[in-house]
Amino acid sequence: MTASAAAQPLLEVRNLRKWFDVRLGGLSLSTGHVRAVEDVSFAVAAGEVLGLVGESGSGKTTVGRVILRLIEPTGGQILFKGKDIRPLGERALKAFRRQAQPIFQDPFASLNPRMHVEEILAEPLVVHRLARSRAERRERVAELLRMVGLAPEHMQRYPHEFSGGQRQRIGIARALAVKPELIVADEPVSALDVSIQAQVVNLLRELRKRLGLTLLFIAHDLAVVEYISDRIVVMYLGRVMEVGPARALCRAPKHPYTEALLSAVPVPDPDRKGKRIVLQGDIPSPINPPSGCVFRTRCQYAIADCAKTVPALREVEPGRFKACIRDDVL
Amino acid sequence: MSVVALAPAPRSGGASWAKGLGRLMRRPTARLGLAIVVAFLALTVLAGVLAPHSPFDQDLENTLSPPSLAHLFGTDQYGRDILSRVMYGSRTALLAILVADGFALVLGGACGLVAGFYGGWLDSAIMRLADVLLAFPYLLLALIIVAALGPSLLNSMIAIGIVYTPQYARLLRGQVLAVRETDYVLAARALGVGRPRIMLRHVLPNSFTPILVMATLQAGSVVVETAGLSFLGLGAQPPSPDWGAVLADGQTYFLSAWWIATFPGLAIFLVVLGFNLVGDALRDHFDPHRRMVK
Repeated sequence: MTASAAAQPLLEVRNLRKWFDVRLGGLSLSTGHVRAVEDVSFAVAAGEVLGLVGESGSGKTTVGRVILRLIEPTGGQILFKGKDIRPLGERALKAFRRQAQPIFQDPFASLNPRMHVEEILAEPLVVHRLARSRAERRERVAELLRMVGLAPEHMQRYPHEFSGGQRQRIGIARALAVKPELIVADEPVSALDVSIQAQVVNLLRELRKRLGLTLLFIAHDLAVVEYISDRIVVMYLGRVMEVGPARALCRAPKHPYTEALLSAVPVPDPDRKGKRIVLQGDIPSPINPPSGCVFRTRCQYAIADCAKTVPALREVEPGRFKACIRDDVL
Repeated sequence: MSVVALAPAPRSGGASWAKGLGRLMRRPTARLGLAIVVAFLALTVLAGVLAPHSPFDQDLENTLSPPSLAHLFGTDQYGRDILSRVMYGSRTALLAILVADGFALVLGGACGLVAGFYGGWLDSAIMRLADVLLAFPYLLLALIIVAALGPSLLNSMIAIGIVYTPQYARLLRGQVLAVRETDYVLAARALGVGRPRIMLRHVLPNSFTPILVMATLQAGSVVVETAGLSFLGLGAQPPSPDWGAVLADGQTYFLSAWWIATFPGLAIFLVVLGFNLVGDALRDHFDPHRRMVK
């Protein structure tokens, strides 16, 4: 599928697959695979915010890490500006790293506790030789801190002296230090208090607008994702279930799994009488996924045919795709 | 963006760390340990001033004399003052700690860091070698090494260092394995930071504390083991005033002149106790479970 027919997408993922070997103890005999990501394809246009949603174990974090080449994929292509990043050598990879940066989920784990803020933010500048002198580096660090709403006077402080929300801002500033075009934000707000979440999401929105960033926003909370994203990709057990524009997808889901996810979003209205679809049981094991449609074991609309073939992602309306054989239910 | 810059909680990192250590030292056992270690270190510096006699001077008219005002710890079979020999012996003990413990810390630390960080065949090779060394009883392995290098004080210390190296390698490797999977290491990789820099700037500083604690705890054992080698005649050679060597002198006369062996033995005991108490306190201080409470 292609997102924007006119321009080349900034990032395109084609048939991405990542299997992790399951090993028994210290023996190097592989006893199976965790199919973390299976045949995932999507594209992100320049300047777009693409939301990637799914519950724990759906493979969304793995997709994010594979895109940044923090883990090597088992198969498929990752095209950044039309060029596959998989075969990149050390030099080209370093150049790529300047253009694509992560933001992590846990602000308490993503900052080196032994480095103060200036060191944390100056490291990318040193590594990529982005500043000529120490003074210039310091000036740039101060600028980065102001950009994320922190006071430059605190650059000599250590991460433990900041709150969770402030640490997440430092993490964002670090990602911005190399002036990247693509940011992969992996659950950037789910570890934060709800009141802080809004601040950080708004900061990301603002920065995206101001710096023209392209954002891959990974989260399990559909409400947050709808708020920030232009389009949404819904994943389940390593596969893409549905793709569509954020608002349309949340208003009228086409896939039973999206419908179930949406019904789990809390609505601040005590009189709301909407039906809640509670998924039964746990997400199946990705070592031994169900045959056919991976969601059929928990799907309320599942029929016998669902077990036969893996449903392909197909366009059901302009710009809307789903991987479900039943067109009669949603 | 927003005009109001967010300020962190007003708390300075360095001060809180020092405060934590201060609180730790309020424990009586920790204080006792620290007092012993400080006294020991002071003794190594001041032995020349404090010792009433030279540790080498023989007084053949006063051999094997029991503790008295003239010789507080008595004299040995050559009439040498035991108190002075024990005082000067502290220098050898300190040297043993610096050389043997330092050797094990640096070599073991480097091996563990590289093994844990790079993994793969390098890890297997280093750790299997460590397993081989760990399979021998400590003193036996030290004996073999000294026998190969030739008996001398320095060689005995190197031998002890080699014996302790695998423990440091194992401990640091375990730490490194945990730290290298953290998000901040992942972030550094994503930023294009080179592997050696990640290893030295991100992984090492965050996995170093346990082996510092271990080095403190091992300082006492190192003193015992080097004294043991000297006792067997493989370390300090006569007439140098080493605690192990003095102990060995006293062995022959133990029934008639108990003081020769007793006082160096007490000195070893105190130093081991002191370092263990300090090490225990440090370990408790850096214990992640205790830190969680903080």
